[in-house]
Amino acid sequence: MKNRLFVKGNEAVAMGAIEAGCRYYFGYPITPQNDIPEYMSREMPKLGGTFVQAESEVAAINMVLGAGAAGGRAMTSSSGPGISLKAEGMSFMAGSEIPAVIVNIQRPGPGLGGIDVSQADYFQAVKGAGHGGYHLIVLAPHSVQELYDLTMLAFDLADRYRIPAMVLGDAMLGQMKEALVPHAHQLPKDLPPKDWAITGKRGRVRGNVVKSLYLADGELEAHNWHLHAKYAQLKERETRFEAVGLDDAELILTAFGGAARIVKTAIAMARKEGLKVGLIRPITVFPFPTDIYRTATVKTPKVLCVELNNGQMVEDVRLSVDPKADVRFYGRPGGTGSLPDPEEIFAQIRKHYKD
Amino acid sequence: MNDNVFMAGYGGQGILLIGNLLACAAILENKNATYFPAYGPEKRGGAASCTVIVSGVEIGSPVMGRPDSMLLFNQLAMDKYFERIASGGLCIYNSCLIEDVPQLRTDIRKIAIPANALAVELGNARLVNMVMLGAYATQTGIVAMDTLKAGLDAILPERNKGFIPGNIMALDCGAEYVRKAGVIKD
Repeated sequence: MKNRLFVKGNEAVAMGAIEAGCRYYFGYPITPQNDIPEYMSREMPKLGGTFVQAESEVAAINMVLGAGAAGGRAMTSSSGPGISLKAEGMSFMAGSEIPAVIVNIQRPGPGLGGIDVSQADYFQAVKGAGHGGYHLIVLAPHSVQELYDLTMLAFDLADRYRIPAMVLGDAMLGQMKEALVPHAHQLPKDLPPKDWAITGKRGRVRGNVVKSLYLADGELEAHNWHLHAKYAQLKERETRFEAVGLDDAELILTAFGGAARIVKTAIAMARKEGLKVGLIRPITVFPFPTDIYRTATVKTPKVLCVELNNGQMVEDVRLSVDPKADVRFYGRPGGTGSLPDPEEIFAQIRKHYKD
Repeated sequence: MNDNVFMAGYGGQGILLIGNLLACAAILENKNATYFPAYGPEKRGGAASCTVIVSGVEIGSPVMGRPDSMLLFNQLAMDKYFERIASGGLCIYNSCLIEDVPQLRTDIRKIAIPANALAVELGNARLVNMVMLGAYATQTGIVAMDTLKAGLDAILPERNKGFIPGNIMALDCGAEYVRKAGVIKD
């Protein structure tokens, strides 16, 4: 058996980031993600890295912007209300094509909401929290191992495409502990050099400029088409998902992140009773794995989308499926006492399986 | 063996610590395990609960609506959660703080442990959690006692390692209690 550690989800994020070479962390505390800055504050100094507890979330994201613009691997983490405050900075980073990693360990909202398990921030993550019409790469882990692995991947994708990447976790994944197999990060050999980074003028006729302001005639439109082409490229190359039991499925369940954990147990209960239920679990929610939904629903038109919110990803599911598919939804928005258990989801499977 | 166990009581009774320890021990035994805590914003005195799932296969949900086992530490937890135990399940409860036990569910095995009194006898009232865990582990055989003891070293921060011998005594005390009480049946 490989070396298995017993690790809390939030700590797995921090461990993955450090393993991927992140040496700049800027944050501001908020439950339920405080283990991330706690871990970083302890470990970064040992590595010669930088940890700053900023005066606010706005300050922290702009420090990330600065470190990323200078070519460093930088990260911040927060939860819903803090991510809202970071939205302006994320828009500037998307516009300026600055790679960095932003982690959202979601809590229920709106406003301050609560501190329990929720997936209330799907829209915020996927549709662009800030202004101006941009996308982040958004990775949706569903285990402690994936929090670790996908945080590493987020850094590599961010660098490869010069784009901010988000790791979208939730209070269940962040607070739970399970086994983690640590492994060395293999930096992809074909990552483009950061010859655009602001590292001083030495060896250059003109210093590099990283910016999101484009005022010359036609310049901004060209920039936006360039970003658009990048998003199209992401959709083509970087879509990731897990599909289980689709071959004989009469009903397809779909869920991401923490909800997918509950759904997996509910599916096991259903399979035990002979109900043929499959699963599509997006691992990237932007780019969304559109194709698997389309091909799977040609054969199995009935889909039940389960989320820990009142219906957000279900909109992307509906845009992806075969036109004749029948997409249903079950969700609960989060808050104390609002976490559905597998038995509850199993009851929904029975109901939707029949009619 | 596999099990899913829900533990509940007051914050400060060490419930999250034993949840942690149990899951850690299961992982040391190369099983799959999840530990999922639930607590409020209070530092102590609020309600605390957690779920531990131990399995030979991939674990989906870290929470269960109807757990197979429960460790209940106070009356509040008994009143709130007892009915949720799955049929055929096991309930180990702290009889020092729980007087009312619902009698209707005859499909559940109930084991009363005077955990507070046993902990005080050991010289530290705070050992109540380890007494309960020792009883549970021995009753179910979910992990070996030796692994639990090894797990203490893995999960306790450096500053608390001086408490390990006391905790080991309390684990043994809980184990001894269920053995002597003759409640273990096959």
